[in-house]
Amino acid sequence: MAYVVERKSLSLSERLYLPQIVAGMKVTLKHLFKPNVTLEYPDVRPAIPPGYRGVPTLVKDPNGREKCVSCQLCEFVCPPKAIRITPGEVPADQPQRAHVEKGPQAFDIDMLRCIYCGLCQEVCPEEAIFLQNTFSMAGYTRAEMVNDKAKLYELGGTLPDQHFKWDKKKAAEEHGNAHH
Amino acid sequence: MSAIVELWNSLHPVLQAVIKGLAVIGVIFPLGGASSLAERKVSAWMQGRPGPNRALPFWVAWVPGISLLQRLGVFHLMADGGKMFFKEDPLPGHVNKFYFLLAPVVAMIPALTTVTAVPLGAYVDEAGRVVPLILANVDIGLLAVFAVSSLGVYSLILAGWASNSKYPFLGGVRASAQLISYELSMTLSVIPVFLWINVPGGEGTLSLAKAVEFQSQPGFLGGMWFIFIMPVAAIVFLVSLFAETNRLPFDMAEGEADLVGGFHTEYGSLKWGLFFVAEYAHMMIGSAVFILLFLGGWNPLPWIPLSLVVEWLGAVSPVLTHPIIVGLLSLGIFVGKVLGMIFVFMWVRWTVPRFRYDQVMKMGWQKLLPLAIGNLLFYAAAIAIRDLQLGVAYWAALAVVTVAATWAIFANPLQKPAL
Ligand code: SF4
Ligand code: SF4
Repeated sequence: MAYVVERKSLSLSERLYLPQIVAGMKVTLKHLFKPNVTLEYPDVRPAIPPGYRGVPTLVKDPNGREKCVSCQLCEFVCPPKAIRITPGEVPADQPQRAHVEKGPQAFDIDMLRCIYCGLCQEVCPEEAIFLQNTFSMAGYTRAEMVNDKAKLYELGGTLPDQHFKWDKKKAAEEHGNAHH
Repeated sequence: MSAIVELWNSLHPVLQAVIKGLAVIGVIFPLGGASSLAERKVSAWMQGRPGPNRALPFWVAWVPGISLLQRLGVFHLMADGGKMFFKEDPLPGHVNKFYFLLAPVVAMIPALTTVTAVPLGAYVDEAGRVVPLILANVDIGLLAVFAVSSLGVYSLILAGWASNSKYPFLGGVRASAQLISYELSMTLSVIPVFLWINVPGGEGTLSLAKAVEFQSQPGFLGGMWFIFIMPVAAIVFLVSLFAETNRLPFDMAEGEADLVGGFHTEYGSLKWGLFFVAEYAHMMIGSAVFILLFLGGWNPLPWIPLSLVVEWLGAVSPVLTHPIIVGLLSLGIFVGKVLGMIFVFMWVRWTVPRFRYDQVMKMGWQKLLPLAIGNLLFYAAAIAIRDLQLGVAYWAALAVVTVAATWAIFANPLQKPAL
């Protein structure tokens, strides 16, 4: 339906224009003395809210054990195929990891391909891969932009475990209930 | 101190003039650069940013407290200047080389020449007379300033035309049209001031120093600054000044939004820098003239002229009334006022958005010019009634006419606002 927008005629002060400018200048003067709203970025870092999807990293459990079991689900789900995993056996001289059969021999995430979608974190059955709060990555070469396993653990660190899945499983086994 | 004065007096007058001139240029040029930095800082603060605050030459980094200067961005001034001087100076192949190179020089000349007729301060000599500090104390003062400063538009036209490219050309054309439009209102707005100053029987003058002298007289009306006596003239002058100096909201000649960079699109490095400094020098001269005419020049406050301050200083200690000290004091007051005006320029720039070009033209020709003419008529009549002592009846008639005219302009519903 067509309708007519009523155009109010300007008031005297609006027609004079100068009072309006003075009002504007009052606003800008107030802003002159207000504290800055910007961060001085490299010196001051923004607070990262929880749930932020930064650079994907690998994490260890509170016992310092590698969580990833090299199931390669993340490699499979990753839309731009940024993840490359070479599965390997868990060495026999690491009894604290005896609860799992495999671990990654090499784990590369190509950050030039990663789109920060978070699917790897979503899909991981071991909660071993997390997108954490690192948001700026820079490098001089393409090779530098590929995070290898050591770098991924360095970035990831240790996260508190919500489930202690393997401890529970071990306890269940000790009770004679393998399927817990 | 007297030895310095003697040495100075023993110099050849031409040499004295050259030194004075160089000193003034030596102040205006860096002030122009500093204004560009101040502009960056003021804009940043108004937008809630810290602004430039990084540059710090490593060889002064150890000085305690230097970080305050760093935060204020003082060293960006040097960085900017150094960049301007040392970066590659491109000369596009399609330009008219002679005029292209000439334009920035032409921009600087009026900006630096007008200073000669602008008094920058005053001192009180032994006889108790207030002597202005001025390079050329000529009677045509204001006329000289107007005549020379309007030459500045040639640099814009030259730059726009010689660039042989569309946007600069449009910028140059706009600049010239705009300057011509506002020149009129500007000149008309100052005529009442000089009508007021040139009392019948006295010596006729257009000197800016005289205008200040007039605002430093004793008495209520004598010590009143002209901005109180003639507020409309002051407003018209100020608005025209914004237009004349191509400052926002009258930034037609540059108009980044629609003309890339306007007349200086094709310029780079030092040539561009000259335009930049010329713009600020222009602003400074313009605000200096505004202050001299309407804001009491080097008098610190309305009704408190410099001579009164000198009297007070003399009561404290006679040393303080030495001409050099008084001169520096008046210079300080005046430069402080000019810097305040520059701040107002920036303040307005970051408050008011740019007008459209047709609005600029409409405002110049249909609003400011009639206003300036009406203002002139009003003061001409008022001064005539005052000087001829025609009596109350004429005052009443003037008041009635003024009220009627004002009502006709503002209450007329047919006169739809154009802006
Ligand atoms: S965040 Fe997405 S793109 Fe990046 S590695 Fe994980 S699955 Fe791949
Ligand atoms: S990170 Fe998770 S999903 Fe990827 S291989 Fe390791 S355990 Fe599997």
